[in-house]
Amino acid sequence: MRYSGFKVIKEALTGHKGWQPAWREPEPQSHYDYVIIGGGGHGLAAAYYLAKEYKQKRIAVIEKGWIGGGNVGRNTTIIRSNYLLDGNEPFYEFSLKLWEGLEQDLNYNAMISQRGILNLIHSDAQRDAFIRRGNAMILNGADAEMLTTKQIKARYPFLNTNDARFPIQGGLAQHRGGTVRHDAVAWGYARGADSNGVDIIQNCEVTGFRIENGKCLGVETSRGFIGATKVGCAVAGSSGRLMAKAEMRLPIESHVLQAFVSEGLKPVLPGVITFGAGHFYVSQSDKGGLVFGGDLDGYNSYAQRGNLPTVEDVCEGGMAIFPAFGRARLLRMWGGIMDMSMDGSPIIDRTHIDGLYFNGGWCYGGFKATPASGFCFAHLLANDAPHPTATAYRFDRFQKGLMIDEKGMGNQPNLH
Amino acid sequence: MIIQHPLLGPRDAAEFTYMGDAKLIDRPDWQSETAAQDFYAYGYLRDNPAGWHKELWFHEAGDRSWLVVTRNTVTHEISEVALARDVARARGRSK
Amino acid sequence: MTQRNRLASGGQINRDETLKFMFDGKSYQGHAGDTLASALLANGVRLMGRSFKYHRPRGVLTAGSEEPNALVELRGGSRQEPNTRATTAELYHGLLAKSQNRLGSLRFDLLSINDRLSNFLTAGFYYKTFMWPAAFWEKLYEPVIRHAAGLGSLSLKDDPDVYDKGFLHCDLLIIGAGPAGLAAALTAGRAGADVIIADEDFRMGGRLNSETFALGDNSGADWAAATVAELQSLSNVRVMPRTTIIGAFDHGIYGAVERISDHLKTPQEGKPRQILWRIYTRQTILAGGATERPIAFENNDRPGIMLASALRTYANRFAVAADRRVAIFTNNDDGHRTASDLHAKGVKISAVVDVRADAPRSLDYEVLHGEVIDTKGRLGLTFAEVRLADGSTRTLECGALGLSGGWNPNVHLTCHQRGRPTWNDDLAAFVPGSDLPAGMTVAGAANGDMSTTGALQGGRNAALSVLDLDNAPLDLPAAEDAPVVIKPFWYVEGCSRAWLDQQNDVTVKDVKLSHQEGFRSVEHLKRYTTLGMATDQGKTSNMGGLAIMAELAGKSIPEVGTTIFRPPYTPTAIGAFGGRHRGQEFHPTRLTPSHKWATEQGAEFVEVGNWLRAQWFPRAGEKTWRESVDREVLATRASVGVCDVTTLGKVDVQGTDAADFLNKIYCNGFAKLAVGKTRYGLMLREDGIAMDDGTAARLAEDHFVVTTTTANALPVYRHMEFVRQCLFPDMDVQLISTTEAWAQYAVAGPNSRRVLEKIVDQDISNDAFPFMACANITVCGGLRARLFRISFSGELAYEIAVPTEYGDALMRRIMQAGAEFDITPYGTEALGVMRIEKGHAAGNELNGTTTAQNLGMGRMVSKKKDSIGSTLSEREGLNRDDDLRQVGIKPVNPEKAVPAGAHLMAMGGPVDAAHDQGYVTSACYSPNLGHAIALGFLKNGSERMGERMRLVSPLTNVETEVEIVSAHFIDPEGERLRA
Repeated sequence: MRYSGFKVIKEALTGHKGWQPAWREPEPQSHYDYVIIGGGGHGLAAAYYLAKEYKQKRIAVIEKGWIGGGNVGRNTTIIRSNYLLDGNEPFYEFSLKLWEGLEQDLNYNAMISQRGILNLIHSDAQRDAFIRRGNAMILNGADAEMLTTKQIKARYPFLNTNDARFPIQGGLAQHRGGTVRHDAVAWGYARGADSNGVDIIQNCEVTGFRIENGKCLGVETSRGFIGATKVGCAVAGSSGRLMAKAEMRLPIESHVLQAFVSEGLKPVLPGVITFGAGHFYVSQSDKGGLVFGGDLDGYNSYAQRGNLPTVEDVCEGGMAIFPAFGRARLLRMWGGIMDMSMDGSPIIDRTHIDGLYFNGGWCYGGFKATPASGFCFAHLLANDAPHPTATAYRFDRFQKGLMIDEKGMGNQPNLH
Repeated sequence: MIIQHPLLGPRDAAEFTYMGDAKLIDRPDWQSETAAQDFYAYGYLRDNPAGWHKELWFHEAGDRSWLVVTRNTVTHEISEVALARDVARARGRSK
Repeated sequence: MTQRNRLASGGQINRDETLKFMFDGKSYQGHAGDTLASALLANGVRLMGRSFKYHRPRGVLTAGSEEPNALVELRGGSRQEPNTRATTAELYHGLLAKSQNRLGSLRFDLLSINDRLSNFLTAGFYYKTFMWPAAFWEKLYEPVIRHAAGLGSLSLKDDPDVYDKGFLHCDLLIIGAGPAGLAAALTAGRAGADVIIADEDFRMGGRLNSETFALGDNSGADWAAATVAELQSLSNVRVMPRTTIIGAFDHGIYGAVERISDHLKTPQEGKPRQILWRIYTRQTILAGGATERPIAFENNDRPGIMLASALRTYANRFAVAADRRVAIFTNNDDGHRTASDLHAKGVKISAVVDVRADAPRSLDYEVLHGEVIDTKGRLGLTFAEVRLADGSTRTLECGALGLSGGWNPNVHLTCHQRGRPTWNDDLAAFVPGSDLPAGMTVAGAANGDMSTTGALQGGRNAALSVLDLDNAPLDLPAAEDAPVVIKPFWYVEGCSRAWLDQQNDVTVKDVKLSHQEGFRSVEHLKRYTTLGMATDQGKTSNMGGLAIMAELAGKSIPEVGTTIFRPPYTPTAIGAFGGRHRGQEFHPTRLTPSHKWATEQGAEFVEVGNWLRAQWFPRAGEKTWRESVDREVLATRASVGVCDVTTLGKVDVQGTDAADFLNKIYCNGFAKLAVGKTRYGLMLREDGIAMDDGTAARLAEDHFVVTTTTANALPVYRHMEFVRQCLFPDMDVQLISTTEAWAQYAVAGPNSRRVLEKIVDQDISNDAFPFMACANITVCGGLRARLFRISFSGELAYEIAVPTEYGDALMRRIMQAGAEFDITPYGTEALGVMRIEKGHAAGNELNGTTTAQNLGMGRMVSKKKDSIGSTLSEREGLNRDDDLRQVGIKPVNPEKAVPAGAHLMAMGGPVDAAHDQGYVTSACYSPNLGHAIALGFLKNGSERMGERMRLVSPLTNVETEVEIVSAHFIDPEGERLRA
């Protein structure tokens, strides 16, 4: 069923009786060509592109709970491609370009809003680093602009430039960055995948892999064995738990990242703003909530909740640059499991087990990567070769010393 | 969170800096035939369990002890805290 | 007439104290003890707000913090607080409030057009449209939506109030001061336990303040007041009204916000607005009560329609009749209490409508067996239409309608650590599950004990149990003990525009549509319809949605499950979490020992981490910073300069294994370093990447002093302790950070020795104290000090250290001694210029991705020993032939700049990422060379000396032709160092 303004009007006038389920609820078949584990943004996107772009058939996405219930359902909705390193920037720029055409492609309004993202600068060294980054972005075909404090102040007049502990010395802007209605991304991909024949199977937990002679034959699930020629894993924070079932240790730790939303407020923030010196970033949703976050709590966790010191740290950063936010109220805090990799960059690669493929290690940056991650994972699954923008995301880069370390923090995941 | 410091008693976790899996104590032998592979696994691969996890915390705003904390990564419950130095010795490290 | 709905007597208000306040520009009066909501109702004001989406008229639904509707902008100017619940805002003299989320006036909100369009604006409609043309989303649709959305407004002025933070410790935290909480506190308090009892209300007592029944010989409110008074008299009990426990965090830590000043016009001088407490407790009793839930039927959202219990609270506690003519719609016995209480106060009861055939009868008013099926009244309720059990309908005239759909225990805090509540059929409600946060016990209505007697006993027993007391039973007053008699009833059959979530405008129809479209998980329902995502987190709305979902899916409510309650329990000011960490107090400011002296010299300062360092020292007549910096550099290289380098990290390393230890942490060798000598050391991370560099000075066989960069002082020290404690626990070595213990100055330039000879008590001639020498010395006739002959500038130079308390004096003495040589203080800028001229790497080069190879120090990594990082530094990716190498860069045209962050491209080749050759890390103007210079990393750079390249910075519109040169721009042979 195609969505359109006309359809909305027609249904409104006829009692909304014509709306169909956005996706089917099929029973699992005994065998698929492709089984993708994880009904999050990346898994659903991979299934969608496998079917639509790579013309593959007999595809299933299997999900332990409800689709879109992982990090695509609990993030701060930011999209951007302001990366520095060659291994990353082309991939994220590819992703941003996919975002730009996504709603028309999916026939689903995910409210992709290119309201711009701004990284504040507080020191000369930071400026040097941001100039290098901005240049890398432009050289990779992305957009970047250096803004003066005056230009920033014109956009954010209530930004603290009076008594800031770390005075603002400008900022690096990417105007094509922005925000997206995050749940709609999962639903849009699910609907698109479903209409291209993909079986989306919810409430189906993988309990093990059937591996014989070094080849993966399928997955054992809470709803029985499901055979598959190729199995792709895209389970983000649960990567460690899932891949342990294939006896794999990963270059990944799972950490908790908290995020926050305020009560609804009339519009105050036009774009996304990040305050690196203070562990704080914020945007305002279309509903009016200030959506903000900061650093990881810092310890390994699967608890999907964090603790008060981090809440305070984030809000201190917020108050440092926006003292007018003091009287806005924090409505809700929540925590997600981040699959923090050893260099802060992801993995989209085959495993050493034939027929078993892995997509993970997205750290806290997986949301913006959703379209390209799905596309590149689909490419890998269909062709057994990496997509040209994702050639660096290999497992063996750590063994070979080819890390993609944007922050330069080394092999300690909670520092990325 | 509260960490029962073996020397100082209960301390708020905010006083500590976290590092990661306590297996980082088990630094491989640099002269082993398999040193390259061993150091790769040591440096980069993690069990990352959902459940009990022995991990290293540094009492940065305290007495500067490294501690091995046994903590459940699903519930955050802590069952045991030891001085990392004692753990390291027990695992055979010396000079 | 003022306060026309104020009852003639009763209530816990002070009628002697009349308070004036303004709402939407109109003046009203209330009394001390009122909330804004009760005072407005007393004045006959039912319309207080507009809903989020359809801009429907809204009045109060509740009398507490679960309020979804009556949200106002409280106060004005910089203290404006959007979305403040009128039901919890304490009335004070001069209170100002405005209604919000309207276009035009509250009565004539132009956006109420949305209500007419509601059939088009159903759940999720926006996902299906606004897609064409693509660019119109940002340009047209979204701005319109954003403008219409949101609730209240921020003033966008800096919050003028102060917020504090504090820590509290106790044996027992009691959350909620209703009958259960007070009984628990009394039991524990009398037994001598350290108790904190907190309640969000300004008047403790919970429902006891809202009811008319007696506790023993007293009214419930009087018993509560007397109990609170006794608790306040106990030194071991801290009684905290106006305090919301916002979250249950790990290991018995609770977040609490105490509203110190929100009931005042402005905070008292020196007092904070609010305090964020972290409460550390061994045990917790959650006695947070229960929340009544409404019933869904057509047009159930008009001002005047509220919870039956709220009607009772307004009448009994605030002596306010929401209207003079009231009807009740209930599915349980509790709804009848409201009717009888209001009747007793002279309010006309139009009827009690009960869905049960066997509902209690009354002699005082009519009880109808049936359902309310619709209402009338544009800006406030006028009529309710009732369908009786026999199918006939009746219209009831009423200005208020009380809804009682049963009570939900307030289980929220039991779920903050992902515990799940369990279903109780008798109550038709969720009660706390078994997976409570460690140390938590639940008592009273929060635990499903809905009678007053049950609550009192539950509270007492919980306290006895958690404190392990068995011989101190508290005599409890006799109280009502009515059982819960309820028939589950969620919505009226056939209704459509029947509100579940009154703030977000989620109706029964939306839930059905959501199910029809496949959004059938409870989380999908919430996200697709926004049910329960409003500022009340669904406290009054979630259950109705779940019940309808269950019915549609053919499941039971517990099978459908619940969404997860997240902290905070009620929305909490961001300012409270920020505390005093704002403005200049955001982070601590660390000052160097020469700060006072530098201030006297008129230095410009720069933030370096938390440090403030002198950046340069302007002199009269200098118009730009460059003039000052050039002068400082030239003067230092020509004669002598001095710079405060205290901020560099310093670690004292002592013990018989100290040298072996340094051999582990540095990739180059230290075992053979002679006593009295200093050596440059490069420290790798275990992954083989350069971590930091510095010097290690051997002051004795078993004593080294290690320096780190300013930025890495803390991480390097932590790393060294890791290596010592975790990897080599039996090494005889001790570490201590002495960064703050020693003031340290660099004295550099050809005359530096002559200056220091006037200060140092020992012989420091070139023979006695050559390049890289170090020693414990004395200065100024006996003050202990340390001297290192090391140089960052490339000049003959020393670093001299004294105990910090002598730092200021030493700087003044150096300046005095250097006067005859025109000694020049220099700041971080000149320091940076000189190190670039000399080709020394610093933070910009040690950026966490560079190897020893990249820095041109590959040969320093000893293969003969085990050091941290040595093995992994041998990986192929870190040893490629075309690897980056540090190089010097200068412009071909000496007038041009070479900006840091620019990228290097081959002459004539394409300019894009695929042809990127390297980048500039550090750049400056060299006053000695008379042109810009830079350091950078270039592929295979050491083989490319003399090559011309294009330096491009498209971000800043720069393109310059440059030449690759040695990084050692000045004195490549190091003759000056050794002079």
